[in-house]
Amino acid sequence: MSDTPKKVLLDPLVNNNPIALQILGICSALAVTTALNTAIIMSIALTFVVAFSNLFISLIRNHIPSSIRIIVQMTIIASLVIVVDQVLQAFAYDLSKKLSVFVGLIITNCIVMGRAEAFAMKNGPVMSFMDGIGNGLGYSLILIVVGSIRELFGAGSLLGYKVLPLASEGGWYVPNGMMLLPPSAFFIIGLFIWLVRSFKKDQLEAPDYKIQHSHNEAT
Amino acid sequence: MNNDSIQKTLIVAIGLCLVCSLVVSVSAVSLKPQQEQNKIVDKQGNILGVVGLLKDKASIAELYEKNIESVVVDLDTGEYVSDIDANTYDQRSAAADPSLSIKLDKKDDIAGIGRRAKQASVYLVRDSAGAIKYYILPVHGYGLWSTLYGFLALEADANTVYGLSFYDHAETPGLGGEVDNPKWKALWRGKKVYNDNGEAALSVVKGAVNPSSQTIQYEVDGLAGATLTSRGVSNMLTYWLGQNGFNKFLTNERSRG
Repeated sequence: MSDTPKKVLLDPLVNNNPIALQILGICSALAVTTALNTAIIMSIALTFVVAFSNLFISLIRNHIPSSIRIIVQMTIIASLVIVVDQVLQAFAYDLSKKLSVFVGLIITNCIVMGRAEAFAMKNGPVMSFMDGIGNGLGYSLILIVVGSIRELFGAGSLLGYKVLPLASEGGWYVPNGMMLLPPSAFFIIGLFIWLVRSFKKDQLEAPDYKIQHSHNEAT
Repeated sequence: MNNDSIQKTLIVAIGLCLVCSLVVSVSAVSLKPQQEQNKIVDKQGNILGVVGLLKDKASIAELYEKNIESVVVDLDTGEYVSDIDANTYDQRSAAADPSLSIKLDKKDDIAGIGRRAKQASVYLVRDSAGAIKYYILPVHGYGLWSTLYGFLALEADANTVYGLSFYDHAETPGLGGEVDNPKWKALWRGKKVYNDNGEAALSVVKGAVNPSSQTIQYEVDGLAGATLTSRGVSNMLTYWLGQNGFNKFLTNERSRG
């Protein structure tokens, strides 16, 4: 591969975003974005895991027997996730309680596995590390955008600080409870994908089928 | 060496496992003290929260030190126990130790807890004159999926509920998980525990409490869509406030007061 480190690092932000284009890691993007602080912690945790799993897998890529390739990747990823979980429990206990199972579920996050298999197995350690950081940041970008929108309109605050005065506390803003439920994240991610693709026409996919006109209209 | 030979596969697998287990165990062991400390602070925050004293998250340890007095009570006699250090007594691990706990009969074990510690922690809040203002009792019992751990706060008469809150459970979010809902928790304040015969009457009913009910002062609305969790909470309170729970202690306190 002749990609420059800069391209590897920055491409996943918009051009090849893991959520918006690769459509990976959606589940956790729905679950942890009800508030901005959990979204940020989750972003940092995932970026750390994907960067270091890429680095370690790339370092030993020439020694991994292909028959146990996937389980080797899983072992490295799982160990990193346990370390992250332990660190969060020690230094950010409240947030780790809020994130509950979702930190552990980074193990099953398709982005981590996907980058290990698609990139780290074929590229050197430095490039793989950059690729991990880039994809982690691409994931973080979406999570932070979605998390900000959901917390702002769902609870009238950002990072726990009141931005919009709530009607229930004498202000004017009636919070949209829908924003705190998982479907709203689908809508926001969908709108985000729409927005990116209307600027980056090359991301549009060819339609799977053509919509036929009904007979009445055709005549 | 060929990467796909059996030898190489075994070497890579074993080597990787050793390195990874070393990393995981080092991080788990070295961070343990910090994590234990966090759990203690979290529990202290919950004890303060149930009596509405949790004003500032940063100074939990200080608020706790100033307001909460922890004591140990023998559940069989209902008397205070003085030879156990209340600050270090851990009721949860005592309940698992056969020499410090009793095994419950099936018919008595309505809360589904299996074993019960002989001694229980109780947390007291005193007013400025030194008289007891609130009793905070630890309660736990089985809901639908999990054991719920919480605190029940009673007012100075040892009969009126001041608050109920859970700090550890794994009930369904949105249904049984609504035990954490502040609106539901607010329904508990002012309810009475014991009826005229001295029996624990506090319970969660199915659906809403009938406003013309004779026993309205003992009843709390059930959680919609969470019948089994509601029943678990109800059984838990019946157990812990009954003869096998804090009844003797609370009766003693009432006769003293």
